[in-house]
Amino acid sequence: MSKIDVVVTGLGATTPLGGDVASTWDGLLAGRSGVRTIEADWVERFDLPVKIGAALAEEPTERIPRVQARRLDRCEQVALIAARQAWADAGFTEPTDEHTDVVPERLGVSIGTGIGGPVTLLNQDDLLEEHGIRKVSPLTVPMLMPNGPAAHVGIDLRARAGVHSPASACASGAEGIALGYQMIQTGRADVVIAGGAEACIHPITIAGFAQARTVSTRNDDPAHASRPFDTNRDGFVLGEGAGVVILERADLAAARGATVYARLGGFGITSDAHHITGNHPEGIGQIAAMNEAVRMAGLSAADVGHVNAHATSTVVGDIGEAAAIRKAIGEHPVVTAPKGALGHLVGGAGAVEGIATILALYHGLVPATLNLEELDPKVELDVVAGEPRKVELSAAVSNSFGFGGHNTALLFTPA
Amino acid sequence: MAEKAEILSGLAEIVEEVAGVAQDDVSLEKSFVDDLDIDSLSMVEIAVQAEDKFGVKIPDDELANLKTVGDAVDYVSANSK
Repeated sequence: MSKIDVVVTGLGATTPLGGDVASTWDGLLAGRSGVRTIEADWVERFDLPVKIGAALAEEPTERIPRVQARRLDRCEQVALIAARQAWADAGFTEPTDEHTDVVPERLGVSIGTGIGGPVTLLNQDDLLEEHGIRKVSPLTVPMLMPNGPAAHVGIDLRARAGVHSPASACASGAEGIALGYQMIQTGRADVVIAGGAEACIHPITIAGFAQARTVSTRNDDPAHASRPFDTNRDGFVLGEGAGVVILERADLAAARGATVYARLGGFGITSDAHHITGNHPEGIGQIAAMNEAVRMAGLSAADVGHVNAHATSTVVGDIGEAAAIRKAIGEHPVVTAPKGALGHLVGGAGAVEGIATILALYHGLVPATLNLEELDPKVELDVVAGEPRKVELSAAVSNSFGFGGHNTALLFTPA
Repeated sequence: MAEKAEILSGLAEIVEEVAGVAQDDVSLEKSFVDDLDIDSLSMVEIAVQAEDKFGVKIPDDELANLKTVGDAVDYVSANSK
């Protein structure tokens, strides 16, 4: 089977930096932080050690009508918002019974999430406990199921070639894009709406991450809490948001004169088979994922001029990834870690950061890693700090890793 | 027993809240499914809210018979205390 060229023709996102791709990208370039004090009574009530998060910059109900919004978990809302933006950005119109820009049988969806709708689950459980079954919403299951975000997008934009929802924790969004690429490569679809979504800022997730000692407790200084690769990092900051891209067969995109942001050259997906939360100490899975992405794209590591790191701002994780990047790609790539500004969007992270990688290629501009003031001496890489850096790129890799030992690397090349 | 006009306007408020149908469109002859485009999940929500609002019980086998807004108004009128 000859390889099919796959390009990115549309981008959509809603993040702690902004309600769309343009404001998110501007925020990354300007060095704004999406991390804020959590304004909810439960922080005090449970005396949580973590009082900060990266909540959405724009409430989803600003863009989704009330009646539709009440049928959707917040995670489904953000997926839908990002997907509709990406769809319009690709130059497609809203599908109707009379007209669809893409034949539904040739349109797929692959949108991952880390945990789907736990907030719905917990709210409905409260109602059950307090009032009995009568008050439990008949929409409980469709709102909490992790395939809900992808399924709603599929219904909204009329995709009948299959709807997938990979769940690989913090790699879900990147895996969503990788599986979308595979759908096109294997001939199952011509266009795939691909990405990831998460919206699970809730006392139970904050408490769980806090008990695992993985999150920052820099409560008195939220904007400086997430600091990947910095010596004084102390954990990640839980965020929420979604990113979606339109993947399209290159020949079809060219035929309709679509704007092409980048080409998705390949991906690597590996698994550590080591520990449920800890990375393999030699980084074998991360290295193999990057190597495979480079190989699939038909390139060599020397071609990769930029790596968008997964780096979450945890003490151990960032060092492990830095070593893996050096081994797999080398010491030459210009590295950035967008979680300094965005926080950690869990299932949305890989997709939003994939979009940042695409835009870095497209504009020849790599945003700085926010809050990187003193590079950890164990990080022997060229990490951009302070100001964005102009750089001509012929290939860029975006890394995403997740609890469970999931490793995904996406490789993009210029249009 | 509540007045039918009162029941209709109360029911219309619920339908608007749950399904986003303008209250003026919720008239007696309309079918919930065919005319107002309300799905089975929203019907359950509407029934629960109607039970609370009008103090009636709407068992599932009765709910299945309430095809039109008028059916629901008649049922509530006949069964509310």
